Amino acid sequence: MTGAADPMQGDGNTVSTEFEAVIGMEVHVELNTRSKVFCGCSTNFHAPPNTNVCPVCLGMPGVLPVLNRRAVERSVAAGIALGCTISRWSKMDRKNYFYPDLAKNYQISQYDLPLSHDGVLEVDVVSPGSQTPSASKRIRIRRAHLEEDTARNTHALPGGCSGVDFNRSGVPLLEIVTEPDIQNADEAYSYLISLRQLLLYLGISDCNMEEGSLRAEANISLRRPGATELGVKTEVKNVASFTGAYRAIEYEIARQRQVLLDGGTVVQETRGWDADRGVTVAQRTKESAHDYRYFPEPDLVPIVVDAAWETEIRSGLPELPKARRERFATALGLSSYDATVLTATRAIADYFEAVVAAGAPAKPAANWIMGDLQAVLSERDLEPSDAALPAAHLAAMITLIETGKISGKIAKDLLPELVDTKRPPEALVEEKGLAQISDAGALRELVRKAVADNPGPAQDVRNGKTKAVGFLVGQVMKASKGKANPKVINELLQEELTSE
Amino acid sequence: MSRDWFGCTAHEISDALRSGAVTAREVAQSCLDRIDAVDGRVQAYVEVWRDEALRQADAADARIQAGTAGPLTGVPVSLKDVLCTQTGATTCCSRILEGYRSPFDATVVRRLQEAGAVFLGKVNMDEFAMGSTTENSARQVTRNPWDLERVPGGSSGGSAASVAADETAISIGSDTGGSIRQPAAFCGCVGMKPTYGRVSRYGLVAFASSLDQIGPLAKDVRDCATTLNVICGRDPHDSTSADVPVPDFTEALTGDVGDLRIGLPRECFTEDLSDVVRGPVIQAARTLEDRGATLVDVDLPLLRYAVATYYIICTAEASANLARFDGVRYGYRDPDAKNVQDMYVLSKSRGFGPEVQRRIVLGTYVLSSGYYDAYYLKAQRVRRLIRDDYARAFASCDAILMPVTPSPAYRLGEMLDDPLQMYLADIYTIGVNLAGLPAISVPCGKSSAGLPIGMQLVGKAFDEATILRAAHAYELHAGIALGRPALAG
Ligand SMILES: [Zn+2]
Repeated sequence: MTGAADPMQGDGNTVSTEFEAVIGMEVHVELNTRSKVFCGCSTNFHAPPNTNVCPVCLGMPGVLPVLNRRAVERSVAAGIALGCTISRWSKMDRKNYFYPDLAKNYQISQYDLPLSHDGVLEVDVVSPGSQTPSASKRIRIRRAHLEEDTARNTHALPGGCSGVDFNRSGVPLLEIVTEPDIQNADEAYSYLISLRQLLLYLGISDCNMEEGSLRAEANISLRRPGATELGVKTEVKNVASFTGAYRAIEYEIARQRQVLLDGGTVVQETRGWDADRGVTVAQRTKESAHDYRYFPEPDLVPIVVDAAWETEIRSGLPELPKARRERFATALGLSSYDATVLTATRAIADYFEAVVAAGAPAKPAANWIMGDLQAVLSERDLEPSDAALPAAHLAAMITLIETGKISGKIAKDLLPELVDTKRPPEALVEEKGLAQISDAGALRELVRKAVADNPGPAQDVRNGKTKAVGFLVGQVMKASKGKANPKVINELLQEELTSE
Repeated sequence: MSRDWFGCTAHEISDALRSGAVTAREVAQSCLDRIDAVDGRVQAYVEVWRDEALRQADAADARIQAGTAGPLTGVPVSLKDVLCTQTGATTCCSRILEGYRSPFDATVVRRLQEAGAVFLGKVNMDEFAMGSTTENSARQVTRNPWDLERVPGGSSGGSAASVAADETAISIGSDTGGSIRQPAAFCGCVGMKPTYGRVSRYGLVAFASSLDQIGPLAKDVRDCATTLNVICGRDPHDSTSADVPVPDFTEALTGDVGDLRIGLPRECFTEDLSDVVRGPVIQAARTLEDRGATLVDVDLPLLRYAVATYYIICTAEASANLARFDGVRYGYRDPDAKNVQDMYVLSKSRGFGPEVQRRIVLGTYVLSSGYYDAYYLKAQRVRRLIRDDYARAFASCDAILMPVTPSPAYRLGEMLDDPLQMYLADIYTIGVNLAGLPAISVPCGKSSAGLPIGMQLVGKAFDEATILRAAHAYELHAGIALGRPALAG
């Protein structure tokens, strides 16, 4: 023990180079209400600039906000789904700062009394490359609160001007904040995946990161393992995708680690993710941070969500991903993997259930949807849905296979046409004469011909080399143009080759 | 037909219109002529809507003909420049809103229009309703019609002066800390601040959102009641407007106060009150007692904290409400600005007057981190206690009678260099705003110098009817005749 340990010395004291990351996520999602949170304007901000605007969302003198009840309902729905406690009484506050995209130069948000607080999201931890969960993680939700979105600034317009589009001003925004329970980029990435899945199930947001309807920021700090105090954190912004968030966090952890290993200190600041260069860049330090001067919004009355309203919202919730996954596994007998894939989105789960409801057994329905149908649809840039292939048609096709009417091979070949024409499978099978031939009388001639034409393999089978059976079956299938029932061919072959 | 219609009350005009003694056009023309005759000296109007007024008057005449007229149909009204109107400009008498045209009408304006009122134009005010003399206007200095060397009070000084100088029958003002009642007292007219939430604030450019309330200034109590009938009521555009039934306030004007207990707060009649005001106010209480009312002593022990509390809350709210005036979307943008930062700084420092800047800075300070608890939060707590004070007082009385102002109207310029003294003079009016209660200012005499004195009646929340009844009974029985201002140039 001579003096202070040099962390770069590598003297075997591994503790000195070890850090653990402490990460909290802040996610903003735009709620898909028809009108904005404080006025009647449409929330469609892809319209031509400054067309979905009115005196209220432009912050004209004399206007007053009126809270959109649907926005509160959707926020509460998210709170319930995240296992949060719903505040019986909450309020809106003014967050004051100057920026040209902020119509009133204050944002109506929630400060000390959010709509919901203290929840938890259970997350299957995966990596960007692999969707097979490595572990399960409980991430606590600190709060979820409602606020208004800002306008959108566009720079470098002709003439060197900047433009402000107020279509987005006043779109309802739900901010979901976790506790610092996340320990690495995988967990952060998985949290985002699970959160988006949940919100899509609830149908309360498009969660489109590229269009900005879901925005994520990470607060990251490092500390020594076992330390109770948190290190100095940085806030990483500007990530445009979940993998971007993953890479940004990976980078930032490595950067902070290097700073600490070099004997430096991490500066509390906001850093922007530069995806092209793959680095985070300092944007704003704590010293220049805003004093938002929050105070209660006097133009709005307190928000009261009584037990009756909460119950009404709760009873309107769809079955959530976790419950549905468990039901698919237990009630429908799917493997855990299949259940996970088929509940990835509410759309695919709904589709799967519709196919089963239309009469298809669960297991083959799952296989078709996850396998061949997925492939055919991907080529056409479609998602499994009634519009892509009516659930009743897929169910009918599976029934044709199960009852021996057509072979799996025929079904596979037929699938693209089913998708492209939207015609019922029975009609296509009938029209094209694809029905499987299971009649022994009709097939015996083809079997005898195959044996006669292929004396070598036939002799092999007689000599007990069962491998050759497959070859002969294939010959018969070929001769029948794939329509022969392989089971019947097998039986006939056995008869022919043992009766001699 | 040779009557001076401009000098009449709304109900006199309404009766004459319905009897066919006069047309709305003649009434409007009479007022416009009066404005031409005296406003050069009074300077109440910042905008006169000649064509619009006559057009509205013709529409009113058509309604009278059709038999669909209401009590305000054809009645001339002036509007404080803080109310959003699609007609003319809406500037709050600030340079920062020079020439600003509102894309919508305030709910109050719309309701008056639907009732058939005839708008004569916009009247002067302290910039953004911040002040007590109307000298903080970026437009002009309004004179008190009773003494042109004195202020009309504020911030609704243009409203009070336009009523007192017979340039309109009714004016619509706003009251955040006394801005209707104090100028009404200074100018010898009746001014009413309704309960917070009674009148929609939609289209009232906000000064302090939790305190602002729109109300009428008129020549008598009946006209105030009639105007309230039109402007009160829930508005879906204002979440803070109350869903409380609106009675016909004129039905309360029975002249009878025999069942009323009138509270006199000990704290309002201390040595801080000048004798010139004390005398007429006490006399007003005696008059009500003579008509059968019972006078009781009440206490408002926290009144002395009202000024401090008020100036923390109103400046805090104002600092946010006025942040939107930044030159980005509308209003004044300083031509010297070279970047965004400059645009904010220059537009605001050249667009706002000194009193508005003072209040923005104060409000920003009391909300800033490290000071919030000591100022804003504490003020909110005291505000609740002041509300409790009034509730306790109302346990033993039906209305509270007190002065409106410690003194009659000031000389022009007298208060300009002493904002603190000016703030302290709000002592009798601001508690009412902090507690959200209704109050009315009624003339109760004149000083030896001929300046009007007002007395104030404060009611329980949403009980405007009781103070209107008491004020009307007083007006009826006091025999106070202020006469008319001479308007000597
Ligand atoms: Zn709008």
